[in-house]
Amino acid sequence: MKVVLENLTKRFASRTEKGKDVIAVNNFNIEIPDGQLIGLLGPSGCGKSTALNLISGLEVPSEGRIFFEDKDVTKLPPEERGVGLVFQNYALYPHLTVEQNIIFPLQNLKGSQKMSKEAMHAKALEVAKLVQIDALMERKPRELSGGQQQRVAIARALVKIPNVLLLDEPLSNLDARLRLQTREELRRIQRETGVTTIFVTHDQEEAMSISDLIIVMKSGVINQVGKPQDVYDEPVNLFVAQFLGTPAINTLEGEIRDGKLYIGDEAVLDLPGKEDRAVYVGIRPEGFVLDPDGPFTCALDRVEVMGRDVSVVFTHEKMQAGRNMRAIIPAESAAGVSGGTVRFTLKPNKVFVFDKESEERV
Amino acid sequence: MKNNLKAWLYLLPAILFLAVFMVYPLIDVCVYSVEENYNFASQQATGIGIDNFRHVLSDPYFVQALKNTFLIVIITVPLSTGFSLLISLGLSSVKKLQNTFQTIYFLPYVTNTLAVGLVFMILFKKTEYTDGMVNLLISWFGGTGVDFIEGPYWAKMFVMCFYTIWVVMPFKILILTSALASVNQDYYKAAKVDGASSFRIFTKITLPMISPTVFYLIITGFIGAFKAYSDEVALFGTNLNAAGMNTIVGYVYDMLYGNSGGYPSYAAAAALILFGIVFTITYINLTVSKKTVQYV
Amino acid sequence: MNVQKKNSRVSKALIYFLLTVWAFIVLFPFYWMVLTSLKSFGAYNSETVPRFFITDPTVQNYADAFTAVPLGRYFLNTVIFTVATTGLMMLVIVPAAFAFARLEFKGRNAVFALFLSLMMIPTELVIITNYVTIVNWHMRNTYLGLILPSVTSVFYIYLLKENFESIPDELYKAAKVDGTSDLKYLLKVMIPIAQPTIVTIVILKVIECWNSYVWPRLITYDKNYFLVSNGIQEIRQNGFGRENTPAMMAAVVVISVPLIVLFLIFRKKIMAGVSRGGTKG
Repeated sequence: MKVVLENLTKRFASRTEKGKDVIAVNNFNIEIPDGQLIGLLGPSGCGKSTALNLISGLEVPSEGRIFFEDKDVTKLPPEERGVGLVFQNYALYPHLTVEQNIIFPLQNLKGSQKMSKEAMHAKALEVAKLVQIDALMERKPRELSGGQQQRVAIARALVKIPNVLLLDEPLSNLDARLRLQTREELRRIQRETGVTTIFVTHDQEEAMSISDLIIVMKSGVINQVGKPQDVYDEPVNLFVAQFLGTPAINTLEGEIRDGKLYIGDEAVLDLPGKEDRAVYVGIRPEGFVLDPDGPFTCALDRVEVMGRDVSVVFTHEKMQAGRNMRAIIPAESAAGVSGGTVRFTLKPNKVFVFDKESEERV
Repeated sequence: MKNNLKAWLYLLPAILFLAVFMVYPLIDVCVYSVEENYNFASQQATGIGIDNFRHVLSDPYFVQALKNTFLIVIITVPLSTGFSLLISLGLSSVKKLQNTFQTIYFLPYVTNTLAVGLVFMILFKKTEYTDGMVNLLISWFGGTGVDFIEGPYWAKMFVMCFYTIWVVMPFKILILTSALASVNQDYYKAAKVDGASSFRIFTKITLPMISPTVFYLIITGFIGAFKAYSDEVALFGTNLNAAGMNTIVGYVYDMLYGNSGGYPSYAAAAALILFGIVFTITYINLTVSKKTVQYV
Repeated sequence: MNVQKKNSRVSKALIYFLLTVWAFIVLFPFYWMVLTSLKSFGAYNSETVPRFFITDPTVQNYADAFTAVPLGRYFLNTVIFTVATTGLMMLVIVPAAFAFARLEFKGRNAVFALFLSLMMIPTELVIITNYVTIVNWHMRNTYLGLILPSVTSVFYIYLLKENFESIPDELYKAAKVDGTSDLKYLLKVMIPIAQPTIVTIVILKVIECWNSYVWPRLITYDKNYFLVSNGIQEIRQNGFGRENTPAMMAAVVVISVPLIVLFLIFRKKIMAGVSRGGTKG
């Protein structure tokens, strides 16, 4: 089901300052296409969980409207929206077995939707098979591993065949290995059910790896929406550029002068047709090419071997304070690097230039 | 709006009961206490004033009750707290039989104090036929027997305090034992490595760590002891004035109903005096504990 | 090394001695009450020196306790009083605790603060008016009169509210998304999860009811409505026609047994409950 947010805004009364409002969600306008897996991405405290709660109906928006397809659900309570919700800590009922947990939502159905006991069991078994926990139906949540609890929570959210499945930081309570495995699993389940799924995360790698579409948020505002690769390749502002990618993008202060990009005194790149101004320069780690005659000179710190690649760590007087710069270079081309200074040429499509004032992409 | 209504509906029974049986009586008791010469039958008073307080304070029965109550408080609170601490320390330092002892010590908590009080009465009583169990014990050690139930005042006070301590110990032992168990064992290990003596460990580590619990017990102990009543009835019967063993709470009930019958104004005045005393003592206790408790 | 070992052994022995002495003091009254209850009336009265053992126990006293005085009636009254009071109290405090813990409404904090301040009010202060109230309602010598004033407890509302609040918010949200009504959430999720606390409260209330003396004494003068505590006083004063100590002790045993049995079954629960929420002494 298509989800449309229109001027969606949520304000809270500030806890620290009286009379002041905190805007958790600021004027969201977005159309989420049917049957896709959407990653809602942002640093903690940016309002992404609030956005999720607004869609589920647990919170009431201050302004704006929410549509599922063409139906305005803004005023509907959560149970009438037909959403499935998975919480960060899973929120399984500790006193109920796995099966009872999964059946719980079905027991609330009223009127024509009411199901017989047998139908409920059959339905529960069906989703349990989908998430591969059908062998654990009689266990209590505390007897399950984190990953299994996660699957039960997903099964419970899916059992009513929701219009939209919402997941709040679904992988953050799992250990690293399980997280990789579970995100594949999530992708598979979403594909198999075709339910429009929105999941919230602060982990950009997680969002990029499985989403059809990512929404990058900061301080209640949507910064960019797009396919993961597109957002990575064409960030609209400094924040998005810095937020996506591991290792993180390298940021330096620079200047556009006479159609050239200067970092310090060195003209590192041609930028014809751009007007002169002070800028931030973002260079992806893979955007460096070692070149003894390259225009960009840096002080070498060390070389870290990673096998296939090496990571060259270096400093530059114009870089952001407190952080070293890092270039990822194929191992075979890094043989000669040692001591003193290194010189690079830059790949133009891996270099992003942002206005120093607005931090918007130039 | 819908939610508001629902919440109040959930709260309604509790609010109703509290209003009728807590809030209204609280106001009413203050009214009673200043209505002079209130007549229960006609429900009329002749005036407003502090006459009731004056009457109660000059009533020899009340003075006796006040004296008894204070004696019980002063004797039983420190003794029961001290004993409990001693026993809890002993209990927490042994492993074998710890559970059994704990279970036994807790028994008085779950017994009907009125009923078991009768057993104490039998044990301490001296009748024409028999000197009773306790007097037999005294005579074994070469003492002369005394009737603890209908004999001299000091003897009655002794058995009174003995029984009170017997009744309040379970709670205190339980609380202190769990407080002792919750002291982090690492402190003890560290102290042992530092070569501290057991006495030093007790005064420098154990006691400060459990001092909030001890103060809690002292405060609740004071409050409980000031309200002493049913234990007295268990030992000496319902006519406590005749036995000279009445307490403030006993006086309140006697004024309300029973032997002196039907003076709610005096009862209210006495109850307010009791509340004033308990409130003051608790306040002092809290102030002292705030200054003394080193670790909260 | 040797001296130290010896020292610690001596102190261990001392500790065990102390513990045993107190255990003896605690148990002796129970022993004496059972022992005396098994002595025959004649034998007991002929003892000028109390005997610590008997060879010819009799259960006659127990028969007397139930026939000569209406102990069975007292017993039944107490059971009715205990069950009704505890049951009604749960019906009152569970919704209240739920409202405070989970429902959002205007004035919640103010009302809760008011409730908390009522916790400091001693029963002795309000019992006077309650007595007058019950008299005016013509409820003396009725079960209702006995029960009504003790069906709320601010303290237990507080205890339960704290427990309810410790149940993660997400469970409530999850239930909301699934379309669970508040009432169903309370019954199906909160109460089962808070069950240990609820059991604790029930047990504490049962003990309190079983031992209550002051209020029943004020409110009942008809023997048909006496509870065991009042019954035992009645037995003591007007008892068995003559001073029949063994029969009295039999009655004491009968009254004491239910709670002791309850305690031995739920030992862990009761002790944990009392250390969390008990106030006595």
